[in-house]
Amino acid sequence: MKQKILALVVAMLSAISCLSLAGCGEKTKSSVYFLNFKPESATVYEEIAEKYKQETGVEVKVVTAAANNYEQTLKSEIAKSDAPTIFQVNGPVGYDTWDDYCLDIKDSKLYSFLSDKDLAIKDDGGVYAVPYVVEGYGIIYNDEIMKRYFALPNKKTDITTAEEIDSFEKLKAVVEDMTANKEKLGIKGVFASTSLATGEDWRWQTHLLNIPLYHEFKEMGNDIDVALSMLDADEVTYKYSKNFENLFDLYINNSVTSKNLLGSKSVADSMAEFALGDAAMVQNGNWAWSQISGVKGNTVKASDIKMLPLYMGIEGEKGQGICIGTENYFAINKNADKEQQEASLKFLEWLFSSETGKKYVTESLGFITPFNTFSENELPDDPLAKEISRYMKDESVENIPWAFSAFPSDAFKKDVGSALLDYVQGEKKWEDVKKIIQDKWKSERS
Amino acid sequence: MNNPIKRWFPIFVIPTLVAFLISFVIPFISGILLSFTEFRTVSDAQFVGISNYIKAFTQDSTFLSSLWFTVRFALVSVASINIFAFLLALMLTRTVPATKLFRTVFFMPNLIGGIVLGYIWQVIINGVLYRFNYSITSNSAFGFWGLVIMMNWQMIGYVMIIYIAGIQNIPNDIIEASRVDGAGPFTTLFRVIIPSVMPSITICLFLTITNSFKMFDQNLSLTAGAPANRTQMVALDIYNTFYSRTGYEGVGQAKAVIFFLIVAIIAFVQLRITGKKEEEA
Repeated sequence: MKQKILALVVAMLSAISCLSLAGCGEKTKSSVYFLNFKPESATVYEEIAEKYKQETGVEVKVVTAAANNYEQTLKSEIAKSDAPTIFQVNGPVGYDTWDDYCLDIKDSKLYSFLSDKDLAIKDDGGVYAVPYVVEGYGIIYNDEIMKRYFALPNKKTDITTAEEIDSFEKLKAVVEDMTANKEKLGIKGVFASTSLATGEDWRWQTHLLNIPLYHEFKEMGNDIDVALSMLDADEVTYKYSKNFENLFDLYINNSVTSKNLLGSKSVADSMAEFALGDAAMVQNGNWAWSQISGVKGNTVKASDIKMLPLYMGIEGEKGQGICIGTENYFAINKNADKEQQEASLKFLEWLFSSETGKKYVTESLGFITPFNTFSENELPDDPLAKEISRYMKDESVENIPWAFSAFPSDAFKKDVGSALLDYVQGEKKWEDVKKIIQDKWKSERS
Repeated sequence: MNNPIKRWFPIFVIPTLVAFLISFVIPFISGILLSFTEFRTVSDAQFVGISNYIKAFTQDSTFLSSLWFTVRFALVSVASINIFAFLLALMLTRTVPATKLFRTVFFMPNLIGGIVLGYIWQVIINGVLYRFNYSITSNSAFGFWGLVIMMNWQMIGYVMIIYIAGIQNIPNDIIEASRVDGAGPFTTLFRVIIPSVMPSITICLFLTITNSFKMFDQNLSLTAGAPANRTQMVALDIYNTFYSRTGYEGVGQAKAVIFFLIVAIIAFVQLRITGKKEEEA
């Protein structure tokens, strides 16, 4: 019996040591491990890593998380011994989750590149995450279809160009008159589908909701940083519920798709509808350019793609711009080795300041960056990015920041999305949606 | 000690045992431990007692509603899968032409992975519902029956094979004897065939009950819980709690432990009951 046990123990030990030895032999930590957030840029980042290795000999491992799966992937990757050295947080709320893992990069060159130092995420005098791309969203429209409408002899509005639309009333009048004439305009609906499938509803539960809540917090005298005061708020009154409804109803009542089918539509569906000329307008941001240009047989000319602000009838919205901000911040893993941290920062600095790196950023990634290493003319060449920089330069409009980075949690956004779907399908009234937004904000913050 | 099997068994057992420890026992225990902690990643945890278990029921209405949804789903699909599979097995053990072909065809859906299956059925169901200006997320009843139909389509073939094996094992003389004694087809079915295939019924019930409760990937791809989490099953709820809410990782873990207990108890009770029936037969 004793012998048997001994044999067992010996065999077990040898098996275990075998395993761990094999593990030791193979374990080489990558010097830079970048966990990428943007699936649409996955191949470009791999190209960049390849190029960087050619130039400097430093290996950069790029792993891309699937769409909507970044938090999951990060959660499991960062617990490994070969953890990401560069990862991304989505703003102050994301930083709250990952603060134990973010290195203070106050003295880094990357931080010094920022033109507006306030954009970085700071905590207790340290700098923990730096934004790397500025994006904007609004109502993208196809000017060719708009011109067709303005040329109609029987149009009921006295507006003559899309640029004249500067309030919700005008937008509503034009849109509804366009719907009445949709056969003549050759479109199936004014707005592309209000996609409400699970995981495809962020344009409404995050982006559109940004506007009423931004105005609510701004009015409370928080001019300086709306997102920060939102981050502290345990409750919202959501006083502009009605205005949100205004624009949302306009979307779903003048849509390409009937209300009952919106629950199965994806963002890609609605971008395709826009690209094929079935719809004249779609709410989205400049990242959507690749989706529009990538649709086979698309009929939209790049020169006809313009962007309008999101008007919803809130007082004083004349002179409102589009929503410009970021939810993409780079952070360096605090628990990585010192050399890894330095190598990671070097890689990012190379990407955003060397000629080769910058070329990739503007031409292949199509980013408008917040860094002073980029000159005025180093901007991406797509029509939507041009619209964004036009709004950024325009002194006469006031652009709205992305305050939604301070929304309580993903669960909050998901629940708002489900409530909107219920509203569209007639199972909830608008009042119920309002209540859900108030209640969920409270319960997710507690 | 001269028996070579006795002497050398560690060499054959240990590798499997180690693999079993690493991939099952250790994660299982650490999972239970983590349910009593608050954590961001599995490597940094703080003990918080049973507060996660309390939160699972109080702070979060989705757990109970998805549990109820799962129970209803399991009841309907376990009944329908077993009845249809048994009827098919009865048919295909008679002298029907091309039974082998039919068996293969019925078994095939089981070879398709869950996620793919979910998307395929989403296209099929939406294709039908679009004609009436609906989609699968329009109403939670569509999602419920969609899941039931899909589960049936996937599981019937598999369960059927087990029943066929059971029925084929019944000695012909028993059935002939019952005929000679004057038993009609129904008496033969209920008094002879069903009692003789009790072991198969035990296995099939066990498989269908646990599979219905644990269903995840088909649920994720067919409806993803839409509309408003009303077609969300427990496994998906646990996943969403764990991943989409910061600070709720431990709660998700606690839900998983509760869920394990529920499934284990149900499966145990079912095995006891049908096991007794086996002995009686």
